[in-house]
Amino acid sequence: MVMRATYRDAGEVTVVDIGGRITLGEGSALLRSTIKDLLADGRNKIVLNLGDVNYIDSSGIGELVTGFTTVKKAGGDLKLLHLTKLFTVFEVFSDENTVIRSFK
Amino acid sequence: MAPDTKHLEVTLDTHVESVNVAEEMCLRVAESAGFGEDDCYRIGMSVREGVINAFHYGNQEKPDKKIHLAVDITSEKMIIHVLDEGKGFDLSSVPDPLAQENLLSTSGRGIFLMRAFMDEFNVVPGRTGGAEIIMSKKLPGANPVPNGQAGQSEAPQQGPQQGQGT
Repeated sequence: MVMRATYRDAGEVTVVDIGGRITLGEGSALLRSTIKDLLADGRNKIVLNLGDVNYIDSSGIGELVTGFTTVKKAGGDLKLLHLTKLFTVFEVFSDENTVIRSFK
Repeated sequence: MAPDTKHLEVTLDTHVESVNVAEEMCLRVAESAGFGEDDCYRIGMSVREGVINAFHYGNQEKPDKKIHLAVDITSEKMIIHVLDEGKGFDLSSVPDPLAQENLLSTSGRGIFLMRAFMDEFNVVPGRTGGAEIIMSKKLPGANPVPNGQAGQSEAPQQGPQQGQGT
């Protein structure tokens, strides 16, 4: 299943709901372009909701890291929601309200 | 090659879609060899990472180069070879992706994943001059594979032959 991404506003935070596979090729490219579009639109407090992601390969992990550093350089922050395996770089949350409040 | 070894090989273009083709092919072989869902996932991910390595780092995404994939099913294990046409690399020089200074690196996790998911893993100089990844997983019900034997003892000494896809 290819990756899909839609986003919605939760106050000043943008939640990106991602599903499918974040892998080399279209998946990684879509994630990159989504983050780029959000930053261009002035939205730099971003939550990636990975609840419907069923597969991430090393390219996908690399793209998450790229997104993290890109958003940080833009003065914002990128956080993950519903990731079962913890990263040491990202703040990881299992509840949407908590992750949104954490920006304040 | 032992007489009871089943052998399959294909030559793939240096293209993103080859990653999916290789994963699908090896998943089907793994399923038919009796691996369960979790092991199939690990094998599929490892093949994916091996071919990504060949596509991106080995062949530098050059379309005139090929990726050679071979799978052997012996009485004990599934052995996978991924051979590129690049310049090869020294496995010991690959940075540790878990090191603090590498956490924000955007690459370098493929080797880590293959090592984690397979029973044996090694990289040797290939006949093309590129790198040949050799990794294996013990068949369900087979005896354990001794540690540190990746790509050595029972792994075929010769890699896939170009243009002999079966």
